[in-house]
Amino acid sequence: MSILIYAESAEGKIKKVALELASYAKKVAASMGTTVTAVTINNSDNTTLAAYGVDKVINITNDKLANFSAKAYADVISQTAKKEGTQIVLVSSSTDSLYLAPLVAVTLEAGYVSNVVALPESTSPFRVKRTAFSNKAFNITEIATAVKVLGIAKNSFGLVENAVTMFEETFAPTLNDADFGIQVENIEKVSGKVTIADAEIVVSAGRGMKGPENWGMIEELATVLGAATACSKPVSDIGWRPHSEHVGQTGKPVASNLYIAIGISGAIQHIAGVNSSKVKVVINTDPEAPFFKVADYGVVGDAFTVVPQLIEKLKAFKSSNS
Amino acid sequence: MKILVCISHVPDTTSKINFINGDSEFDTNGVQFVINPNDEFGLTRAIWFKEQQGANVTVVNVGGPDAEATLRKALAIGADEAIRVNANPTDGMFVAKQLAEVVKNGHYDLIIAGKESLDYNGGMVPGMIAGLLGYNFVNACVGIDINGNEAKVTREIDGGKEIISAGLPLIIGGQKGLVEEKDLRIPNMRGIMMARTKVLTIIEPTGDASSTKAIKFEKPAAKTAVKLVSADNLDELINLLHNEAKVI
Repeated sequence: MSILIYAESAEGKIKKVALELASYAKKVAASMGTTVTAVTINNSDNTTLAAYGVDKVINITNDKLANFSAKAYADVISQTAKKEGTQIVLVSSSTDSLYLAPLVAVTLEAGYVSNVVALPESTSPFRVKRTAFSNKAFNITEIATAVKVLGIAKNSFGLVENAVTMFEETFAPTLNDADFGIQVENIEKVSGKVTIADAEIVVSAGRGMKGPENWGMIEELATVLGAATACSKPVSDIGWRPHSEHVGQTGKPVASNLYIAIGISGAIQHIAGVNSSKVKVVINTDPEAPFFKVADYGVVGDAFTVVPQLIEKLKAFKSSNS
Repeated sequence: MKILVCISHVPDTTSKINFINGDSEFDTNGVQFVINPNDEFGLTRAIWFKEQQGANVTVVNVGGPDAEATLRKALAIGADEAIRVNANPTDGMFVAKQLAEVVKNGHYDLIIAGKESLDYNGGMVPGMIAGLLGYNFVNACVGIDINGNEAKVTREIDGGKEIISAGLPLIIGGQKGLVEEKDLRIPNMRGIMMARTKVLTIIEPTGDASSTKAIKFEKPAAKTAVKLVSADNLDELINLLHNEAKVI
């Protein structure tokens, strides 16, 4: 009956999104008088989960699961859910979890709701709030099935510490050859760079930068802040920056704590994609730029003078605060 | 090679979003509908397969008669035929079940659906079709080449990409990268004329009711006015971000 979360890990560490899931799950479990169970895959040190209210960890260890495979991972998560008699399965909004969640929902004959941004409004009937229309609206969705899968939007709930005594056990689900119909041949990953998905802070720039040769200051600002770099759609379309940096409605969504938009006027599609960020700072020469209407803080000024100054001041701030 | 491209009929990305009937329904008044952008990248890639490798391209939508204009546009861009499942697309699982039936009956080698639609943003339909049929599935797909019965697919992952090989039949959740923005096609007059005579089959839905239901909609709370900081006083910006917003 307990609530099951799929706790993702990377390089032997439980990811922050998993701790957010645990925080969310604990609140729901408390309101329903049940406990929280986490399933982890090939991760030996799960102790951080205990600090966020996870009562039991089920660890699955199998060499065949060394690389992510949506079908195989969905299969073992579903088997764990069935074994535990789980009614509610929670997953994050990481690329991998978005990939496997629909497969889990089909196997468990569960209603699946993605982009959930708040605790359930009620648990009987089961109703949750999610974003829709690319962050231009919310909708309250009711799930009618006995088993439910919820995808929790990144950075929507936050971390809530709640230390408990956690039990760990192992589980060896059955793997089918059919789980491995596709083979990963190669993974190209830039190491040592903060990804937009994981970033607490995102520094983003647009056509106001006038050309790709001027991105040095954007990258430096990102480095000072420990941030990921991003860009607007026109900038990626004309090839100044790679597509992987394009954020907005048809690019990557951003839900960071701080989003700094430099030389981006703020087209409705761009704002839709980044609006889930908690705090937005806009730096733009044009005081009429639509982005100022949705920003928390704004600087009307030329990026070419403001950004270098900001870098120097932030460096001084960081060294006096460390 | 037979390709099925699943098309959502969604409000244009510049649309103002409003609701009617006690915030229970999207207000379509004055809204321009388009091919869902993630689907359009997939459709264009499918047309390339047709032109370069001789594929047959079918487009399908689950929706009402108003979606036919969007299907006709896909035909004008170059798809060979269209199917409309005559039903209100109530939730992702319902749509996936309808599409799985179409896939089963049509014996497609490649099924392309956008990784998410820009109206409900469920992001679940391609995965659910794959789950229902047991087909190979790659989500967040930014590149695909097919040689014989083997596909070489690129998946976007957090911080990079993954190169995958997969046998057909295959379902992909597509997005920008399958083709670029500049590759998207605007229907020309010849395409529009030809689309008029192409076959658009209407079939009735099968099966179950939805497992989830959108009860009501809300718009985000109005934003408080921006705090402007002078470009000569960036210390104040740092102060606000540190002490007020607490984000640095």
